Amino acid sequence: MTDTLVKFDRVTKRFGDFTVLKDLDFEVKKGEKVTIIGPSGSGKSTVLRVLMTLEPINEGVVYVDGRPLWHEEKNGRLVPAGEAHLREMRRSLGMVFQQFNLFPHMTVRRNLIEAPVRVLGLSRKEANKRAEELLAMVGLTDQADKYPQQLSGGQQQRVGIARALAMRPQVLLFDEPTSALDPELVGDVLKVIQQLAEEHDLTMLLVTHEMDFARQISDRVCFFDQGTVCEEGPPEQIFKTPKNQRTREFLHAVLHPNE
Amino acid sequence: MWDYLPALMQGAWITLELTFWSTLAGAFCSFFFGLGRGSRNLLLKSVSVAYIEVFRGTSLLVQMFWIFFALPLMGVRMSPMTAGILALSLNIGAYGAEVVRGAIQSVIRSQYEAAKALNFTPRQALWFIALPQALPEMLPPFGNLIIQNLKDTALVSLITLSDLAFRAESLRNLTQDSTTIYTLVLFMYFGMALMLTAIMKLLERRVGRWRGTGAR
Repeated sequence: MTDTLVKFDRVTKRFGDFTVLKDLDFEVKKGEKVTIIGPSGSGKSTVLRVLMTLEPINEGVVYVDGRPLWHEEKNGRLVPAGEAHLREMRRSLGMVFQQFNLFPHMTVRRNLIEAPVRVLGLSRKEANKRAEELLAMVGLTDQADKYPQQLSGGQQQRVGIARALAMRPQVLLFDEPTSALDPELVGDVLKVIQQLAEEHDLTMLLVTHEMDFARQISDRVCFFDQGTVCEEGPPEQIFKTPKNQRTREFLHAVLHPNE
Repeated sequence: MWDYLPALMQGAWITLELTFWSTLAGAFCSFFFGLGRGSRNLLLKSVSVAYIEVFRGTSLLVQMFWIFFALPLMGVRMSPMTAGILALSLNIGAYGAEVVRGAIQSVIRSQYEAAKALNFTPRQALWFIALPQALPEMLPPFGNLIIQNLKDTALVSLITLSDLAFRAESLRNLTQDSTTIYTLVLFMYFGMALMLTAIMKLLERRVGRWRGTGAR
């Protein structure tokens, strides 16, 4: 058994004429916290969306826990996966969205309970217990019976994280989780993610523009550019001694925007 | 004037009955064919499209005549009440189906993505995520359709049903007192419409409760 949980094997993804992911090779190990940074249009969010089965791929194979995500094996050959296979694969994946994407017509509690009950088949009581533990973890116990619009963006995103965790995924994908937040609300959300990273063996894959945060929580940082991993390594190395010219330029632009 | 009221009230009752049942059946048609139109099942989809186009594209009066006068010649006979309700509900259902479809399409894609990420089936996403959000969008146009339906019921007087319009016409034939009678009838239709509007407003408030919580 390998300890590789996610593997992109020469994956290409196109939107029309535009190639977002180009022959991408990329791996994440079990329990690893990996941050993806890079300029917009570099394909970093697409990696997450492909993993969450929101965007199909054009070429290559994506593996999750050793099994092809977008393909099924039939007579020893890989064929495009059907809905049943995708549903089964999705069980190990969870996603936190940039715009939270909470269900506006449900209270916070129901946002957390609905999928565990309807998809995992938990009883309402079990699901509620799970929801309350998660709300306590993200510090929102007292907001359980409010509707999402009644919460601040930071609170909504913490509900988003709790909602994804309620499904007990193996891999949690964070798609720019703080980009839609007012600056003063970013801290609370990052704190929750950091706590999650420290206390759980959950595998985490983050796309973020928060460089300090990436440095603190990641085991590995990947710099994406033009649809491939341009450079990757431990955060200290990437941020202090980037080898690639494009990484240096990107980090310089992000960290010293006024120069 | 008071002499006219008992007869008119009896007519109004028929009108209300027609409105009630045809709105109910029409709502069913709206959802069935509105959802059917967005279905991945090709047969259901084509049947829905055909239904919507045929009933929107032909006149209600002709539909009613066809059901009441033409169908019996093919061996399908029904009472004027049934024929009236059937024609009205099929007609209003065709418009309603478009309302349902539009409202569901207005649910943003990211809601479906969130549903998918939580591993809901497409059907669960439709029923538990999209429809509840689409419902408040549907109610104002539904309100219009229901009032439209109320007024359309006047056409059933032409297939021998003694609704409000029919009663008014017979009273007028009897008394020639057109002004009083039609003024009364005008107000009675208007009163019923107001009633429907009030009911729809209540319903809107109830169904859209979660939307009225924007302040924080």
